[in-house]
Amino acid sequence: MNTPILQMRGITKTFPGVKALQDVTLQVNGGEVHAICGENGAGKSTLMKVLSGVYPHSSFDGDILFENEPCNFSSISDSEKRGIVIIHQELALSPYLSIAENIYLGNEQAKRGWVNWRKTNLEAAKLLARVGLSENPVTPVQHISVGKQQLVEIAKALSKEVKLLILDEPTAALNDEDSSHLLDLILHLKGQGVTSIIISHKLNEIRKIADAVTIIRDGKTIETLRLGDGEITQERIIRGMVGRDLESLYPDREPRIGEEVLRIEDWSVRHPQDYSRMVVNNASFNVRKGEVVGLAGLMGAGRTELAMSVFGRSYGTATSGKVFKHGTEINTSTVSDAIKHGIAYATEDRKLYGLNLIEDIKRNVSMAALRKLVKGGWVDKNQETVVANDYRKSMNIKAPSVAAITGKLSGGNQQKVVLSKWMFSDPDVLILDEPTRGIDVGAKFEIYTIIAKLAAEGKAVIVISSELPELLGICDRIYTLSAGHITGEVPIAEASQETLMQYMTKEKE
Amino acid sequence: MSALRESLGFLTSRLRQVGIFVALILIVLLFQILTDGILLEPQNVTNLVVQNSYILILAIGMVMVIIAGHIDLSVGSVAGFIGACAGVMIVHWGWEWWLAIPACLLVGALVGAWQGYWIAYVGIPAFIVTLAGMLIFRGLTLIVLKNQQITPFPGELRALGGGFLPDISGGTSVLEWLTVILGVGATLALVIQAVKERRIRKKFELENEPMAWFVTKTAFIALLMLTITFLLASYRGTPIVLIVLAVLVIVYTALMNNSVFGRHTYALGGNLHAAELSGIKTKAVTFRLFVNMGVLAALAGLVFTARLNSAQPAGGTGFELDAIAAAFIGGAAVTGGIGTVAGAMIGGLIMGVLNNGMSILGLGTDYQQLIKGLVLLLAVGFDIFNKNRSGKGGGAAIFKSLKLKAPPAADAHPGKPADERPVPVAAGQ
Repeated sequence: MNTPILQMRGITKTFPGVKALQDVTLQVNGGEVHAICGENGAGKSTLMKVLSGVYPHSSFDGDILFENEPCNFSSISDSEKRGIVIIHQELALSPYLSIAENIYLGNEQAKRGWVNWRKTNLEAAKLLARVGLSENPVTPVQHISVGKQQLVEIAKALSKEVKLLILDEPTAALNDEDSSHLLDLILHLKGQGVTSIIISHKLNEIRKIADAVTIIRDGKTIETLRLGDGEITQERIIRGMVGRDLESLYPDREPRIGEEVLRIEDWSVRHPQDYSRMVVNNASFNVRKGEVVGLAGLMGAGRTELAMSVFGRSYGTATSGKVFKHGTEINTSTVSDAIKHGIAYATEDRKLYGLNLIEDIKRNVSMAALRKLVKGGWVDKNQETVVANDYRKSMNIKAPSVAAITGKLSGGNQQKVVLSKWMFSDPDVLILDEPTRGIDVGAKFEIYTIIAKLAAEGKAVIVISSELPELLGICDRIYTLSAGHITGEVPIAEASQETLMQYMTKEKE
Repeated sequence: MSALRESLGFLTSRLRQVGIFVALILIVLLFQILTDGILLEPQNVTNLVVQNSYILILAIGMVMVIIAGHIDLSVGSVAGFIGACAGVMIVHWGWEWWLAIPACLLVGALVGAWQGYWIAYVGIPAFIVTLAGMLIFRGLTLIVLKNQQITPFPGELRALGGGFLPDISGGTSVLEWLTVILGVGATLALVIQAVKERRIRKKFELENEPMAWFVTKTAFIALLMLTITFLLASYRGTPIVLIVLAVLVIVYTALMNNSVFGRHTYALGGNLHAAELSGIKTKAVTFRLFVNMGVLAALAGLVFTARLNSAQPAGGTGFELDAIAAAFIGGAAVTGGIGTVAGAMIGGLIMGVLNNGMSILGLGTDYQQLIKGLVLLLAVGFDIFNKNRSGKGGGAAIFKSLKLKAPPAADAHPGKPADERPVPVAAGQ
């Protein structure tokens, strides 16, 4: 069984300006479950896209050997022909089509252009039995839970006679029961000779099912641990995932921390579509004047959901819990209420949720607090220009004037416009969600400096970030989230990447 | 030479705004030649204004709705329905005109509130709600009128459609002096306002139009206004509906540019999610937009009924299409967030001149519809073409295709739009 089915050698993939993968090597043996671990942004998904042909052969360097034959895929359909099927984190099912139709989408059971429905549904039922899903194949996919949809995806993969199944974070969106069912299924398929590659953040899952683990960090293979070589411990994996030195990329600051400004108690949020899923579970935390508090967690831990639900219930349903400001309970059930109580939330997705990209800088800056500019019933546009110009100078927004369209600015400058917008609303608490995502190193330092300045001015700042070094560099205190629970509260003096990662991967007791 | 290049560079960066204006002028000149000068005869210019006034009134509300990312297909039926209501109130019930007009506007507001409720608070797409409204209010028009026209209306109401401001010279002069005073006054006000605006932009270090272009544009607009003034004054003076329209254009332009409501409208059309997360009450804004549309549709219905001196079962049919076309020809974006009241007015005038010119030429409605349809398609097609081009490097792309040297690009990262830039951190995930 120890013959390699897949060998990837010297894979290097560059995006303009960024080396996403650098000389990556991956060897997967036939019939094993092979896990790939790494921090957010380490290059795991890119590697799988290279393997499955999403990035065509000509766009990267290196060799791929599958069953000892070289692979030159130019699209997904090429890799699927060879029996390599990838299931993405976001499921690719059409909600209004039936289970059977989804399974055979693009591969219809047809004769001369006419679909054979009896065969479609019969074959689909057989596949559903193989993945242990007892649903009628004619049920529309939207009527089954996310966990079952995941199984439909696997049934679809089986219909293509899969030899190598790639699962990208398959359990990130599932509850515990569905997760363990899925893991059992992967082991079951292994028994039938299907090799799997699984990308996961959940280290206990990996320990449960993986025969080998390859750790990737900063686009490079760190090591491959095999079950026979000794025990794969959580600590060992974590060390591999984060093992790098903190670079001195952060401005110095002397925290002057005052009284508590915001406190959240017993905050629970359910998934807006899947009511049974608790996205945030009984979370309590606080932030004080002049303090920078970090929220750390892996993808799917519920950080953004927690922040957005506090900010005017912008996410989720059946939200419960209390918000206190300066010790008195406040109502933040709409965004304008939250803003009125001095809370601001700068989104992780600037383009989708943060900016009006077809408008200019000044109109974006004034958007959240336009009423501050009203004089005698009309918006004072001169004052607006003055305000925007002040921010352009103080935030160092690189644009010819405040009449420049924000859609044409670089990521760093767009982020500064978003921050200006919220600073103009004059909040007491700023929640910054991935404030440096997609920003180059120089602009990152500027953003950190702005955060430090805000804290020095007495604002309470909450920073959500996937980059642990960033949190360690700028925060005074860090909360960790795992699967919707707050699993730890770590003062900066005691925090290290290893301790944080331990809390972030901790399961609830 | 450099001034010329600067102006040329500016023109290409504003190809759309400039293009629409040039198109209007070319169309006017074309029909002026084709009709042997009938188009710009004083009487015909007056007719043009009065004939198109209700479409222009509708286009004001329509462009606002379109800026917010919606559409309203019901305005023609609503205008017809309000005409019917006016007929019943004034002719059947004997209400005074000064009572009936506000009552009709109120009914229009209620109609708008009804549609706004379904769109904003229930969340049914505006296309569906107003398509239903198109049928509902046409049906109600027929019911109210019992399928018969109502006529005649009192002179005071008819003045709204076909009346003129009084002649202060008592009919002795060749020119109507009140019109001349109003026209010259408005032109002066416009020029002063433009100069003031330019000074302010300079003071706040905002990009300004090149001087040459600014002077040409302002002089041209002033000349145009004075010409229209002269033409109106040498016929019967200022139509009352033109005053109504002018007031509406001024008020709504100010509203869209300088009021919180107007700015929120642009914000939610530009990016609904971002607007919501900035604390804008998007539902309330949408609701108010449709109430406003209802009131303007009611006003258009009154003007139309007054002009015909009759409330008719088929009154207002097809108005919605002209109003929508006016907004889109005037540069409104199908996806929302972009558009101006002034643009919609020019778009409406283009449609109006086409209608009027082709009628004088004796072209049947068959060819009229064909040509109007093609003009709409070309205008929006040009828009999309222009946008795709500018996505690949702004006006520079057009310069390239014209083999001209491009002016320095205005944005901070020339040649590369933000979306195409690499995203270093997210790349791996």
